[in-house]
Amino acid sequence: MKNPAFPFLLPMLLLSLGGFVAPMGVLAFYSLSAGGNPGLFGNYAAFLEDPFNLWIIVDTVTLGFKVVVVATCLAVPIAMLYWHGGRRLRQTVVVLALLPMLASNIVRTFAWIVLLGRNGPLVAIADALGLIDGPRSFLLTEGGLVIALAQIELPLLLLPMIAVLSRMDRRLVEAAEMAGAGPWRIMFTIVLPLTLPGIIAGWILTFASAATNFVTQAAIGGARLIYLPQFLYRQVNILFDWPTASVVAFILIISTGSVILALAMLTRHPRLIGNA
Amino acid sequence: MRKSWTSHLSSISYGLFVYGLGALFLGFMVVPVLISLSMSFTSGQTLKFPPPGLSLRWYAALLDPVQSEIVQQAAWNTLQIAVFAVLASLVFAVPAAFGMARISARRANALEPLFLAPMVLPSLVYGLALLIAANLMHISPSIWLVVLANVVVFGPLMFRATSSIAQQLDPSLEDASSLLGASRWSTFRRVTLPLLAPGIYAGMFLVFIQSIENVSLPLFLAPAGTTILPLEMFAMLQDSLDPRIAAISGVLIAITVLVLVAVQRLTPFLRDQGRS
Repeated sequence: MKNPAFPFLLPMLLLSLGGFVAPMGVLAFYSLSAGGNPGLFGNYAAFLEDPFNLWIIVDTVTLGFKVVVVATCLAVPIAMLYWHGGRRLRQTVVVLALLPMLASNIVRTFAWIVLLGRNGPLVAIADALGLIDGPRSFLLTEGGLVIALAQIELPLLLLPMIAVLSRMDRRLVEAAEMAGAGPWRIMFTIVLPLTLPGIIAGWILTFASAATNFVTQAAIGGARLIYLPQFLYRQVNILFDWPTASVVAFILIISTGSVILALAMLTRHPRLIGNA
Repeated sequence: MRKSWTSHLSSISYGLFVYGLGALFLGFMVVPVLISLSMSFTSGQTLKFPPPGLSLRWYAALLDPVQSEIVQQAAWNTLQIAVFAVLASLVFAVPAAFGMARISARRANALEPLFLAPMVLPSLVYGLALLIAANLMHISPSIWLVVLANVVVFGPLMFRATSSIAQQLDPSLEDASSLLGASRWSTFRRVTLPLLAPGIYAGMFLVFIQSIENVSLPLFLAPAGTTILPLEMFAMLQDSLDPRIAAISGVLIAITVLVLVAVQRLTPFLRDQGRS
């Protein structure tokens, strides 16, 4: 390449190839060749033969979906609040949506450990309402983990929705109002369908982040709820089984990646997103 | 216009949905972080919520060299890692962002996914890849390996932030500079770099914050016996739930806000970046 810009690109290119592509290649090669299992995909076959491991894959993907569903239920009313709000209210919604991002994932997870724990306010409320009998903890439960992850990842879903809503043409809604459509009907048939590109972009980010969020999964799920990231961590730092760990790494990429690809293909669906 | 009974009902329920649930969920988004902040001012021995009284004792405990020697050492190590990661990201990503704006769109579109790929991958997976690759070359875990990993994974944030500005630069400014006799290097240093500054500051902020927060990369790559703040916090989350973790969270949020304000003072640009 004789392009004068080439010397500027060279350092980053070398870093990408040497620091990223090469180690990932090593990991791929290692997952196929290391360990004692015969055959090219012997390690993968051995991993997938164990029903316990298969359940971990299913649980990880399911966890991602559950978080996406809960986060969507939380995000839609907030997004509609933004949509109906004036300039002031809209600004407030954006600031409040960005605010949690000032705290790191560990800090936000810590907040949920306080909230879900035996001495926490949620247990006190549930106890007062008679939903549970006697003090207990919501830590180490899947419900607690899903709610915590939904709150932690919520900005990732909300911000793309807001980005779409802020550009949306109000005249479409005014036309529907004049034609006599009620507010629910306008929301479900006009506003939300037009927001779909933002919603799907948010789903992708939320799913990817929730399914691979090692810190929150390990700190709230503990040893009782095992998902792929924590399984990977144990293979490396506790069992020192790198061959299995490398297989788990690729299974994590493939299982979450295929969901993400499927969601990304939705955005190209002409009937679904055609008029946005 | 007379409204029917059902349309009244639907507009009332819709109002409750948007203004009631919307406001409630907006609060739900922010409250956990506020609660964890309030816990840092507890006067009690545990993380019971609400706190029995207010005090600064846990902040004082962080400053106490006897009680918090490990935490202080961890914070110092983490700060060094973050500073080196920011400096190295500057070296790799800024010229690349500039070069990218000077090559054909077809080539840029081919290169960009390569440069951004490390951001998309779960960092736990990349941590394992680098661990195994380094091990094959007989390089054992070290602080420098953590720095390298941070540059590879978070450098793309710097690249993206700078790139978005570099794409809008007017090449005629540089042409003017070279016509007036400036060398290519001095044009880059005196014309291009100052124009890119807002993106660079935003990138520095992002790389710095990510480098102090990330758990997955030092988890595999930090040498045994070297304490790193996110790892220390993660360990505290999992077992002791020492109230000092609330104070550390408070300090981290304060640092994030301070750096953000500093960056925003330096440039009005970041406000728009955060929304994209």
